Amino acid sequence: MASLKVTVWRSAGAGGYQAYEVPRLEAQTVLDVVTYIQRVIDPSLSYRFACRVGVCGSCAMNVNGKARWTCRTHVEKVTADGKLQIAPLSNLPVIKDLVTNMEQFFDKWAKARGRFSGARTRDDDFARVMPDSPQRRNVDAGIECIGCGACYSACDVVQWNPDYLGPAALNRAWTLHNDVRDTMHAERLAAVAGDAGCHACHTHTSCSERCPKQISPTIGIAGLKRAAAAAALDGEI
Amino acid sequence: MKNDFRARSHPAWWAFALHRLSGVLLALFLPAHFWSLGHALEGAAALDGVLQWTALPIVKFGETGIVLLLAAHMTGGIRLLMIEFLPWRDWHKTLLAVAAGVSVATGLAFALNVF
Ligand code: HEM
Ligand code: SF4
Ligand code: SF4
Ligand code: FES
Repeated sequence: MASLKVTVWRSAGAGGYQAYEVPRLEAQTVLDVVTYIQRVIDPSLSYRFACRVGVCGSCAMNVNGKARWTCRTHVEKVTADGKLQIAPLSNLPVIKDLVTNMEQFFDKWAKARGRFSGARTRDDDFARVMPDSPQRRNVDAGIECIGCGACYSACDVVQWNPDYLGPAALNRAWTLHNDVRDTMHAERLAAVAGDAGCHACHTHTSCSERCPKQISPTIGIAGLKRAAAAAALDGEI
Repeated sequence: MKNDFRARSHPAWWAFALHRLSGVLLALFLPAHFWSLGHALEGAAALDGVLQWTALPIVKFGETGIVLLLAAHMTGGIRLLMIEFLPWRDWHKTLLAVAAGVSVATGLAFALNVF
């Protein structure tokens, strides 16, 4: 049977890659490979997953140097020569092996005011939002984020400036900025327009290259830059 | 974990690297540029004295490089400004190709002219 030569980041001591040989199977995903190692070869390997179908956003890892959702990444797509290098996401503290601490990642969503705040109550009628309005289209383009952190891991600005809010939190802020029901637009723009906010982005598009949901946080960030500049000119923020 | 080149191997990242490199090199070149033009303050002869240098092939070669850098930095900068200030379409990779093409054409035109 053909086999894969897999090296996996193990965090014990100073940390290092450990080599494993894993049988190559048909339609095998990278998550299958990691699961095989944990179940058959070394039960002490730690990693994270839940849904296995690309919904929960918990299984992202660096595969051959690029951040990917491992449950939906076929081995076939990422290795030609049967070699796989699997590491935890970049730019996040490693708890153990392939598991990162995503606290700062989600704290930044809160900092970017990533929470909806509306004016209506359950007694009011539904809000009417036209599906083909420009705002609704902007929301559609960014709303499917699963919070996997692949974009955050790929972003150089996060590496350079650990306070930078990062592509996912800013993409979230952009979808809310386009939500016509939301009442906190000015506060949100003020929250994302600081030093470590949208203006820090250098348009590398690494986030957009890596997003498994084909979201382009870069588009949203460019939109926030324009909106924040316009709001500053109008004296709103 | 930190990213290495594998996470950065895509056209927009190369464009960024070129933009930074060309920006820094241009900043280094500008003082020399002003210094040589500054000779005009001391009269036509002084300026001509410095400008004679530009007849040397090595200086011509260098100047072609500078023009190429400036063209690359300018087209790359305009590309970024378009991405950031115009409503986004799916043309950002096309813009990259246009920027690269215009810069190379500018550099070639300059080289043909000086040599
Ligand atoms: C010709 C017109 C020019 C345009 C349209 C232009 C445009 C830009 C833009 C948009 C940026 C921001 C890039 C980013 O966000 O990463 C930038 C950065 C920069 N520019 Fe220019 N620029 C021009 C001329 C110059 C000149 C003459 C110099 C040299 C003195 C220069 C030096 C720099 C430097 C050092 C940076 C920082 C690069 C970085 O942060 O990666 N630029 N330029
Ligand atoms: S486009 Fe902006 S947010 Fe995305 S990777 Fe580049 S710097 Fe980071
Ligand atoms: S924007 Fe894309 S890459 Fe970033 S967290 Fe959301 S789904 Fe993941
Ligand atoms: S395990 Fe849920 S997205 Fe991969």
